[in-house]
Amino acid sequence: MADEVPFQFLHNEVIQYIYKSADSGDTEHGGDISTLENMGCRVGQGLVERLTKDTARFKDELDIMKFVCKDFWTCVFKKQIDNLRTNHQGIYVLQDNKFRLLSQLSAGKQYLEHAPKYLAFSCGLVRGALSNLGVKSIVTAEVSVMPACKFQIMIQKM
Amino acid sequence: MSRQSNRTTDSKKMNSELFTLTYGALVTQLCKDYENDEEVNKQLDKMGYNIGVRLIEDFLARSSIGRCQDFRETADVIAKVAFKMYLGTTPSVSNWSPAGDEFSLILENNPLVDFVELPDNHSTLVYSNLLCGVLRGALEMVQMAVDVRFAQDTLRGDNVTEIRMKFIKRIEENLPAGDE
Repeated sequence: MADEVPFQFLHNEVIQYIYKSADSGDTEHGGDISTLENMGCRVGQGLVERLTKDTARFKDELDIMKFVCKDFWTCVFKKQIDNLRTNHQGIYVLQDNKFRLLSQLSAGKQYLEHAPKYLAFSCGLVRGALSNLGVKSIVTAEVSVMPACKFQIMIQKM
Repeated sequence: MSRQSNRTTDSKKMNSELFTLTYGALVTQLCKDYENDEEVNKQLDKMGYNIGVRLIEDFLARSSIGRCQDFRETADVIAKVAFKMYLGTTPSVSNWSPAGDEFSLILENNPLVDFVELPDNHSTLVYSNLLCGVLRGALEMVQMAVDVRFAQDTLRGDNVTEIRMKFIKRIEENLPAGDE
């Protein structure tokens, strides 16, 4: 599908922009991973608002997570989460075996250190989506072999 | 009770919303980072240019469109194929200059501004300036230097959005000496 191409190019430019201003030591214009994460969060909030306008109320936290893994993920990343695990104490691990925003990167170890840049926006997306569904959380991501990636969601009890 | 997944039909729409919202977040960030609108416009154009020089390859690969015979054909391809493919909208081509080197793309709806209202203190911000950069960058890669700017914008109260494109020159390829 061609309509996902603009987003990928834009995403790359956003990363370039945020990191270039950080590299030049320009703290005022600069950013870091949290700027990127916050941008994602705002977008996630907007998206989930649009996406859930015709759905029924969610039963519980797990129901919300399933929604994020299926519908939300399909909308944003064109596939479902491959594996969802939880310890039933507020930690969820979402595994995506072929994460869309990493699939354009070389699969070797060479660029592994750059992976966090490409995940920060998405972590923000998930956090923003969950926050508008009434779940406060901290979302982190880790990669061991590209393009697979794990998102860990820690629920913050209100 | 399982949730019905009947959203396949509007997933295309959602994807364009993802793009629109991300673009909005970017412009917001730029407005925070730079003091005046001029700088933001310039930055958007630059980012657009970077996208354009890459996007053209994707475009040529997907569309399998060959060389255009003249600038009129280029204009048609941009409007009917490129805009439709990437933004899901087809602008009309009009207002040709007598010399045939300048035309306007008239957008009835601009997906970039779907959820946008410009506050009063950003009167000189060209919100969709990214598009100018994209067009300029993409055409540069096929040996065409063009000047692109917004002539009208619905965000500033105009009835339509108009992108004005002017052909400047054909870029000659400079082959390295001894390279045939």
